[in-house]
Amino acid sequence: MKGPKGVWALRAGFLLGGLALVGVGAARGEAWEVMEKAVRICLECIGIG
Amino acid sequence: MLGVHRHRVKGERKRLSPRRALQLGACALFNGYALGFAKGKIFTGPTKGICVPVLNCYSCPGALGACPIGALQTAIGGQRGHFPFYVLGMLVLFGVLLGRGVCGLLCPFGLVQDLLHKIPSPKATVPRRLDKPARSLKYVVLAVLVMALPALASGAAPVPYFCKYLCPAGTLEGGIPLLLSNPSLRQAAGWLFVGKLLVLALVLALCVPVYRPFCKYLCPLGAFYALFNRFSLYRLHLDKGKCTGCSQCREACPMGVEVLKDVNSAECIRCGKCRSVCPSGAISHSLGAEGPPAGKKAGHAPRAQGKGE
Repeated sequence: MKGPKGVWALRAGFLLGGLALVGVGAARGEAWEVMEKAVRICLECIGIG
Repeated sequence: MLGVHRHRVKGERKRLSPRRALQLGACALFNGYALGFAKGKIFTGPTKGICVPVLNCYSCPGALGACPIGALQTAIGGQRGHFPFYVLGMLVLFGVLLGRGVCGLLCPFGLVQDLLHKIPSPKATVPRRLDKPARSLKYVVLAVLVMALPALASGAAPVPYFCKYLCPAGTLEGGIPLLLSNPSLRQAAGWLFVGKLLVLALVLALCVPVYRPFCKYLCPLGAFYALFNRFSLYRLHLDKGKCTGCSQCREACPMGVEVLKDVNSAECIRCGKCRSVCPSGAISHSLGAEGPPAGKKAGHAPRAQGKGE
């Protein structure tokens, strides 16, 4: 890992990138998609489906 | 006063460590819908649209949020398969903030493994020639079961391969409680459930002699966070000026990290054992700082072994 400035730049890049991804995903309705899946019992997850 | 304090410390040897309290608190927070366990139903509120940072099955009756690995497979696969902006963004944020601190401090399935390893029994060390390649397995699980196979199956109904065939957390947190409290689900259980029970039994049995085998070798979420461990905001620091090279940290590390060589190794789950045993106070942790926090510069007395647990 390069010096502290490089590390901070990397962190800032990932933080901003992460926020941007969440924002884009939310705008595309992906949060709704996650919720749709999570509010129904996932039969595969529990070993039935 | 000092005597009273000493007496209290002696009398409270079994008091929860801050780390254990945090693990239990996180477990209760992520699975706070107690009614679900009684009714045999899952929570359907709006928080289910938010991913929790840990491997916590969204079909656990108590789960208040979504499992990021389950959500990732759903987004990638299925008829609507697409690049998982939302889930990936959340995982990146959790990763850059805490790295594998998520595994060591917040994960309920990690807590289960920790507690099982406390059962008095002979403890095993996996031979290095087997241990090192086996640690790469979790990256294969992430790449193949969580990403590649669901992506290849897109166009059909989404199949969460990891959840369906491997995830022991789903069986423990979702399968068993739901089947115990819901007769119709119990009737539907077949060979797949038996297979998943066997996987769970094997993982749990291995936890007694081996520390966190699932985290070390199989967890795809741990593999993802491992990519951020070297530069995450929450990190460990080794003050080489104070370090005497006694290697007690390496010997104490339950994840087998070479602490003196790489204190923020991809395998470090920030359990704090190394900090606890260091006799010279050379290891510290911080959120964001590049060196030891200012207050920790002066040597502090080593804490009793086990306090980091």
